[in-house]
Amino acid sequence: MKKFNTHLGIAAPLLKINIDTDAIMPSREMKTVSKMGLGKSLFANWRFLDRGTDKEKLNPEFILNQEEYLSATVLLAGRNMGCGSSREFAVWALVDYGIRAIIAPSFGAIFFTNCIRNGLLPIVLDEKTITVLADQVASNPQGSPLNIDLEGCHVTGPDGGIYPFELPAGDRVMLLEGLDAIDVTMKLNDAINAFKTTDHSKRPWAYLR
Amino acid sequence: MKYTLFDKVWNDHVVTQQNDGSSLLHIDRIFLHERTGSAALASLEASGRKIKNPLHVFCTMDHIVDTFPGRTDQTTMPGGTEFIKVTRDLSLKENITLFDLGDVRQGISHVVSTEQGIALPGCTMICPDSHTCTLGGIGALATGVGSSECEHALVTETLKFTKPKQMRVIFTGEKQSSVTAKDMILHLIALHSAAGGSGYAVEFAGPMVESLDVEARLTLCNMAVEFSAFTGIIAPDTKVFEYLKGRPYAPVDELWEQAMEYWSTLATDQGAHFDREIIIDCADIAPTVTWGTSPQHAISIDGQVPALISGDSDSRRSMEQALNYMGLESGQSIEGLPIQAAFIGSCTNSRLSDLRIAADILKGRKVSANVRAICVPGSTQVKLAAEKEGLDRIFLDAGFEWRESGCSMCFYAGGEGFLSGERVITSTNRNFEGRQGPKCRSHLASPATVAASALNGTITDVRKLEHST
Repeated sequence: MKKFNTHLGIAAPLLKINIDTDAIMPSREMKTVSKMGLGKSLFANWRFLDRGTDKEKLNPEFILNQEEYLSATVLLAGRNMGCGSSREFAVWALVDYGIRAIIAPSFGAIFFTNCIRNGLLPIVLDEKTITVLADQVASNPQGSPLNIDLEGCHVTGPDGGIYPFELPAGDRVMLLEGLDAIDVTMKLNDAINAFKTTDHSKRPWAYLR
Repeated sequence: MKYTLFDKVWNDHVVTQQNDGSSLLHIDRIFLHERTGSAALASLEASGRKIKNPLHVFCTMDHIVDTFPGRTDQTTMPGGTEFIKVTRDLSLKENITLFDLGDVRQGISHVVSTEQGIALPGCTMICPDSHTCTLGGIGALATGVGSSECEHALVTETLKFTKPKQMRVIFTGEKQSSVTAKDMILHLIALHSAAGGSGYAVEFAGPMVESLDVEARLTLCNMAVEFSAFTGIIAPDTKVFEYLKGRPYAPVDELWEQAMEYWSTLATDQGAHFDREIIIDCADIAPTVTWGTSPQHAISIDGQVPALISGDSDSRRSMEQALNYMGLESGQSIEGLPIQAAFIGSCTNSRLSDLRIAADILKGRKVSANVRAICVPGSTQVKLAAEKEGLDRIFLDAGFEWRESGCSMCFYAGGEGFLSGERVITSTNRNFEGRQGPKCRSHLASPATVAASALNGTITDVRKLEHST
């Protein structure tokens, strides 16, 4: 997994609440089992007009299609970002598109973990702070990148304001070191087997034969 | 020390506690489907790792398969066949139990899980599907995960979680007979928002929950994820034990006795601590239907589309976008709105009891000529049981399509969908933009409301329909 340490990037404000994973990655765009190449489908229903027809074209209204946000690598979003379906395709699409971090007041729980597993940093900041950042960014998107420091756990805004955030320590280490969660847990295999032995005598009915 | 139901199940599954406050939990059962399970299996295959305990892993075909009679591996959804084939090949190779097309055990994973006795009270269960929380209805600690987390559970039989806070939602008072579990959960989400359960595991309790039959409890817990909860859970009782007894994968003989004894200890202790408690008086609940594009956009059937929130905020913008998408205006009545389609199905409301309720309303009546009506049983077992009772005849005679089991048009995947601008009354769980078809407008409701609306061709208060007969 790609490590995350610091990131300086253009941010795009998408300040809508309850942005669901159907919106991030519509089901009809999931055409192969592969995780690769999904960026072209990101936000397909919003990014394109008449998607899938011969009249298909980019929706000029959608923020990621606007010239000054074309190179955005950070999203500013409303609360409950990534709610809905557990489809990891949504995160794979964001990563493939080039998004490195998402800042929102809260996240859907499954989506949050999916982000961590794929090197995409979910940052929780309060709604007011996000509005402030969005306003600063909007006045000059290209000249107002956000500086994200995971080591120090803070975001530096365009005006130099520093906004600290928290991330569970385990998740932070996973991202900083680019660890594979399965490798980490496999080191605990003996403890898992010991648990199973004890559990089997306590809940024998839970074990199928 | 007093413990909640959730504490008890959680504590009995902790393998190790981690320094950061998270716990590695043992996962008792894993269920896969061909949509996201295929990705987990393919990734596992590529890594060269093996499934630690294939006996505890099950797989079904539900998301992508067509539900037309006579279906095959070919799908109306572009690329669907690949998902089906990859899932089948890797299930065989990994030696896990697959409920394939043509198998009488096939169906929607969350319907099959309890029907086959795979999900059990006091067990942990995951599936790479957000509606896995459904299984809390029988007292399982069940939650949806992504494909990577699923792969982790397949290889290690564990998953790392930070223990959520705990909320108890108590349903009290007297419920009208026309008010179902679907109305109860939509009412809760409307009152406390689609993010209201964020960070919490939610126990549903109180006399009105105890009074629900097992299938209705599954409906209640199914939409815990639409409340953004980690999961929903209900204390298992004798109704649950009777429901599970004799199911194919449920314990038998001495093991059954031991299980019952263990399950009987799981209910929340008197005086156990909850971080938050919500009390809902069921007398306040009417048949409930959504007007917008989030499950929180729900109102009583006799209510009006709410006024826009004042000021300039994310919430107001989202409401404006929802009204625009749905072609509605604030203050407009939801009752009487013309519909073009009606759908009964999904992991929320497709079990035998749901079909019985709908059939009871449809019996001897005809669906409006302007409405395309579809019923998709939640599993092949449900379909067969319904046909044995003659429910299929009632649906067909009324003008409904009667389908093979699957997730079907609960979501649009490029195959079958409702049409642009069409208004659909649906027993499913998500009314997101484009969920059931590009620019399609979904109104979530109970199977009773869907059936009544299909008859009238407009969104209908089922209570008035009853009076008219």
